[in-house]
Amino acid sequence: MNLECFSTGSSILHRADVRLKMISAFIFSIVVALCHGLPAPLLALLVGGSLLLVARLPAMKVVRRLLMVNLFTLLFWLTLPLTVPGPPIMALGPLAISGPGVALALLITLKTNAIVLIFVALVATSGVADIGHGLAALRLPHRFCMLLLFTYRYIFVLHQEYQRLRRAALLRGFRPATTMHTYQTYGNLLGMTLVKSWQRGLRVQQAMVLRGFQGRFYVMEGQSMAVSDWILFGLVFLAAVGVAVMELKSSAGGW
Amino acid sequence: MATVLLDNISFSHPGGARLFHHLRLAIGSERVGFIGPNGSGKTTLFHIIMGLLKPDSGRVLLDNREVSDAKAWRQLRQQVGFLFQDADDQLFSPTVLEDVAFGPLNMGDEGSVAKSKAIATLNSLGLTDFEDRITHKLSGGEKKLVALATILVMEPDILLLDEPTNNLDSSTRGRLVAILENLRLPMVIISHDYDFLSKTTDIIYSLDHGHLHKSESIHLHSHPHAHLYGDHPHDHGG
Repeated sequence: MNLECFSTGSSILHRADVRLKMISAFIFSIVVALCHGLPAPLLALLVGGSLLLVARLPAMKVVRRLLMVNLFTLLFWLTLPLTVPGPPIMALGPLAISGPGVALALLITLKTNAIVLIFVALVATSGVADIGHGLAALRLPHRFCMLLLFTYRYIFVLHQEYQRLRRAALLRGFRPATTMHTYQTYGNLLGMTLVKSWQRGLRVQQAMVLRGFQGRFYVMEGQSMAVSDWILFGLVFLAAVGVAVMELKSSAGGW
Repeated sequence: MATVLLDNISFSHPGGARLFHHLRLAIGSERVGFIGPNGSGKTTLFHIIMGLLKPDSGRVLLDNREVSDAKAWRQLRQQVGFLFQDADDQLFSPTVLEDVAFGPLNMGDEGSVAKSKAIATLNSLGLTDFEDRITHKLSGGEKKLVALATILVMEPDILLLDEPTNNLDSSTRGRLVAILENLRLPMVIISHDYDFLSKTTDIIYSLDHGHLHKSESIHLHSHPHAHLYGDHPHDHGG
């Protein structure tokens, strides 16, 4: 289980301030999500691709991530061309492929990939711990940030505990099948993991109380933002403006 | 220097057999080892000292004053550092620096003060440049040493260590022995590791049926790994 396969690296994007990266990714993806025409998302895709090159991430992992996302957009390609009303562009036997349906599927695919690329390049290049602190620094609800950070801290421990139990079952000849016995065994494994997690939660809380925890987290002084962080933010912001302008032009007529 | 006194402590788990009966124990001047069979209440005793469990009767005294209200317990918890058996329970922050600085921050230190204290403590344990490491990615031995740092940064007067050598390799175990020797703090160590206890403690008590028995003979023996404690047999795996 690896939650942060893109977070290690030495590129400019890896070193940039996580707060500004999150804000710029957020602004950019809102602009992209609101587009209706094709040219603007295409430009966004280009911006995302360029940022990805700057981030110098392992290509295979990025491709695998994109394949996973496009498994989802594939569903739109399978349904929209057949269901959206409009003039057909071709016929597959008794089925008519609608032009607006294809255009809509293409639009969704472009937008989805552009947003994913932006998030991989800007947000996934920071570790979960940094993201959690960044969100806290951006004044998101304290409980939400703590929930994220504690989940991140213990999800591996709980996963290991589950794996240990599962292995113990496998070593005693357990083979999953579609039987009552299998369901019961998985029920027991999950139940046991839940009990262990609860107990661990109690022990963690004790550890916190022993070190003087009184329900409030104190923060050490935060990171300060460098000029390069603002330049990066400015560039992504300009790119978002560019995408927006293109969208407005294309919807006003022209393309 | 602080002294903790357990005065007439009796305790039994809900629905369980009685663990302690009018137990009396003073901590604060020496290095004490506790051995005893599983389930004899060694960890429970630590929990009572720290106020995590309430005894059925008896008192905990810190410097001859009964520890009764929340403020007094906070005071005791600063002066007595308790190292858990499982370091994963003790390291809950994403990064090492935050975890070590957590205690000082709670004690009211400024961010920068807490940070420099944390870094100094890490350095003193040979954990230089560990600040930005992600806690869950540390090795078992590193986790144990960082957990010790989270305790030591609070400048305790007494240490309670619960099976500190569990799952440690021999080199980390050696490091831990050297660190504890250098600390010169009174401490209580629960362990099944006879050799470790003989290197780190002055007196060994065995806890049996709710009573503590002193076993001083360990000083006289040239080979501390010998089976001095015949009623606690252990296996050599051979």
